[in-house]
Amino acid sequence: MEHHDNQQHLISYGTYITVWLSLLILTGLTVAVAGVHLGKYNVFIALLVAAFKSSLVLLYFMHLRYENRLFHAMFLVVLFTITVIVALTYVDTLAR
Amino acid sequence: MSQATAQNIPLSFYEEKSAYPGIFAWIFSTDHKRIGLLYMFTILSFFLFGMSMGFLIRLEKMFPGGQFFQPATYNALFTIHGVVMIFLFVIPGIPAVFGNFILPIQLGAEDVAFPRLNLLSWWLLVIGALVIFLSLFTGSKLPDTGWTFYAPYNTITTANIPMAVFGAFLVGFSSILTGLNFITTVHRLRAKGMTFFRMPLFAWSIYATAWIQILATPVVGITLLLVIAERFLGVGVFNPSKSGDPLMYQHLFWIYSHPAVYIMVLPAMGIVSDIIPTFCKKPIFGYKAIAFSSMSIAFIGYLVWGHHMFTSGMADLARVVFSFLTFFVAVPTAIKIFNWTATLYKGSIELRAPMLFALSFIFLFSIGGLTGVMLGTLNLDLHLHDTSFVVAHFHYTIFGGFGFALFGGIHYWFPKMFGKMYNETRAKWAWLLLFIGFNMTYFPLFLAGLEGMPRRYYDYLPKFAPYHFWSTIGSWIMISGILFMFGNLLHGLLRGEKADDNPWGGSTLEWQVPSPPPLVNFTTPPVVNKDPYDFSDILKKRNSSPTPQDQEDKGGQ
Amino acid sequence: MSAHAAELAVHEHKDYTGAKIGMWMFLFTEVLLFGGLFLLYAVYRAEYPQGFHQGGLHLDVFLGAINTIILLTSSLTMALSIAAIQRGQKGLAIFFLSFTILCGATFMVNKYFEWSKKIHHKIYPGSEALAKYVDNMVEEGKVPPQQKSGVLLFFSLYYLMTGLHGLHVLVGMIAMAFILRKLLKQPFVHHRWNPFQKQELQGCRLVLEDPNGQTIWKSETFDETVKHVDVEFQYYPAPKHVHPDDYVALENTGLYWHLVDLIWIFLFPLFYLIS
Repeated sequence: MEHHDNQQHLISYGTYITVWLSLLILTGLTVAVAGVHLGKYNVFIALLVAAFKSSLVLLYFMHLRYENRLFHAMFLVVLFTITVIVALTYVDTLAR
Repeated sequence: MSQATAQNIPLSFYEEKSAYPGIFAWIFSTDHKRIGLLYMFTILSFFLFGMSMGFLIRLEKMFPGGQFFQPATYNALFTIHGVVMIFLFVIPGIPAVFGNFILPIQLGAEDVAFPRLNLLSWWLLVIGALVIFLSLFTGSKLPDTGWTFYAPYNTITTANIPMAVFGAFLVGFSSILTGLNFITTVHRLRAKGMTFFRMPLFAWSIYATAWIQILATPVVGITLLLVIAERFLGVGVFNPSKSGDPLMYQHLFWIYSHPAVYIMVLPAMGIVSDIIPTFCKKPIFGYKAIAFSSMSIAFIGYLVWGHHMFTSGMADLARVVFSFLTFFVAVPTAIKIFNWTATLYKGSIELRAPMLFALSFIFLFSIGGLTGVMLGTLNLDLHLHDTSFVVAHFHYTIFGGFGFALFGGIHYWFPKMFGKMYNETRAKWAWLLLFIGFNMTYFPLFLAGLEGMPRRYYDYLPKFAPYHFWSTIGSWIMISGILFMFGNLLHGLLRGEKADDNPWGGSTLEWQVPSPPPLVNFTTPPVVNKDPYDFSDILKKRNSSPTPQDQEDKGGQ
Repeated sequence: MSAHAAELAVHEHKDYTGAKIGMWMFLFTEVLLFGGLFLLYAVYRAEYPQGFHQGGLHLDVFLGAINTIILLTSSLTMALSIAAIQRGQKGLAIFFLSFTILCGATFMVNKYFEWSKKIHHKIYPGSEALAKYVDNMVEEGKVPPQQKSGVLLFFSLYYLMTGLHGLHVLVGMIAMAFILRKLLKQPFVHHRWNPFQKQELQGCRLVLEDPNGQTIWKSETFDETVKHVDVEFQYYPAPKHVHPDDYVALENTGLYWHLVDLIWIFLFPLFYLIS
């Protein structure tokens, strides 16, 4: 069982470099967009880009894409927990 | 296999030689069984210390007016009682003791997934505890914030709060490492054939608890670090005089500390779910429902923290939402209670000592749980908040729940852990004293609270005097019960008869290894091909032997 | 029977998936540790948008962007280092790992200059000069009076969050240095066991087999004169002197490093890009 389980999935050097380039482009994009005044939407765009960047890091650099379902499920649980915590706190602070 | 063990019984883990001499064979051991026992003696010492504080609190409140202590000392007493009991006894509690000793054996594993990390968590607990105790004597006065360390008083008081919260932070780190270890153990080290739905319910409850430990503890970790930063680095995120919002401290604190009450009680429910079928000789009713209810309690436990803050100035919307969500916790809890009682139905119940503790758990925890629903009701809580009703409620859940289950677990697994048996008649008497004393101590506090007796008050109006008087008398009975129980267990440990491998006729894997278990738990890796609470083999064996007391027969051989 | 038991005891259990699960769990706790701070940020920013805006004006976007690029690049080289070791290219792995450590150091140097410049201008939490400065802002009409707290909270959170993040960068660098040392050392593997019980050994012998079942070496039969047996041996693992232990340790360190990067991905827009 150990042998099959511990099989490494090889990702090509090219993939890593492509991901890195996309991350740099997204960084440029988020800096550029921050200069444009969009009022409330600025923060949403910034967070959206950051979320996109972090999913690239998670999926490729951290190999989450190639791990089994357990890792995906665990990660979603954490994401969900944070969302719940922030949302329920907002129920208080935004309504106060 | 059985022949091989009969020929040469493997040495128990006590007798196995260690690389270190004396006490170091324990405090440097990475064996899960030794670590489990280390935890047991550590947290029980903290319990006895916390219990003495509780005894003094009750003594002070026996009559109205000051009796023995200054008001400031009284504030320190309830703070230390709370901090020691919560952070050093109840939160490490069952997972650290039985999660370590029993869980790997129940899963058919040799050890937990990361044995060295496991030892590190014990050390972190001990160091954290030392830091907490040191904080008592290094400030200009004893800590007097209550166990919740509320802002902004936590930065204003001259007691050494930063040190105390740093100790609590270390203890939290220990809890995280324990949780991480158990989740990995459950996922990776189950024996062949031990599917998730063949795990004993105790293992399920430890698994659910471990998730809370992972996901909630870091939040309190950062909160406590922020308290230290506020004091020393001049930042002001909670202190209103420095532009912070003290309610945010309460939010962050309860985001951890509400789920933490399920860290306390879920493993307790796991123990009860293991004890009841063993003494009914009947598969547990609604296995999957109990397993899933553990997971859903862990989940819903995250959504309800705001009910600790109903009177603290939260938005009305939040108060209503949190009150509404709180009611949902009662559902999975009730599922468990109904399933336990349904298991009792038509079971061949043996009222042995562990079973008495398990049954009284159901009774006491139901009272604690139902009063919890009362407190979760927004309009009622406005009346009852910060009264002794709350004190009675959480003592019924934490002591009546966690405490009785822990003691039940100790009585249940004592023969497995030590290979000795305690005197059961005395154990039952101790239970009776404890049960009567417990109800006498805490039930009057419900009544006093309903009439408006505030909690954490040094003095009170004469109309509350009878409640406090009887409560204090009750505390004496309870404490004598506890001391009698420990005395009996200690006597069993030193002088007790040799225990059988399976004295209760339990069906889970830990009863299939010798008592006490050898260093290597299983000489051959076990293969599981039946449900955890399948007693058919045990009953068959029992029916075929003419005398039910084969314990005595074995002793004679 | 007893020979069988002994054989099983020797069979060493190394669970790399388990190690990875453990590491991910640890990362989750780190995420939630920062989560508490992000929650404070979320609440206070929603309450004091203008205050945060004014605070953000004092941060250097250029320096922040440079640090972002440095961290992203270090994440790349970390991933490449793991890719290299998976392919048995140990030299390349060592090169990439050293480069990653260098990136971390550069990040910290930048951070040092950024912080010291601010502290030099008396912009730090609890500073009276900062409080006065914020009062001036209010008088000049840059910040509405009720948003004044926002500026102070912004700086409190800025120092707390980038400070805690910097601490994690340091820890990551230390962890990487350990792995680097491990990779640079002579790569033999060293094992010791003494799991046997005397009774089990009676009449048995110790045999070393290769994966095809061919006997490489065997000992004498143990009789009652044998008190206990310690097994200890060293070997050079294939391929090319890389042992699986190396990459699970490297991979877990990598995971930690990527997490540090992930947190910065959020910190950068939330602090530097809100002006």
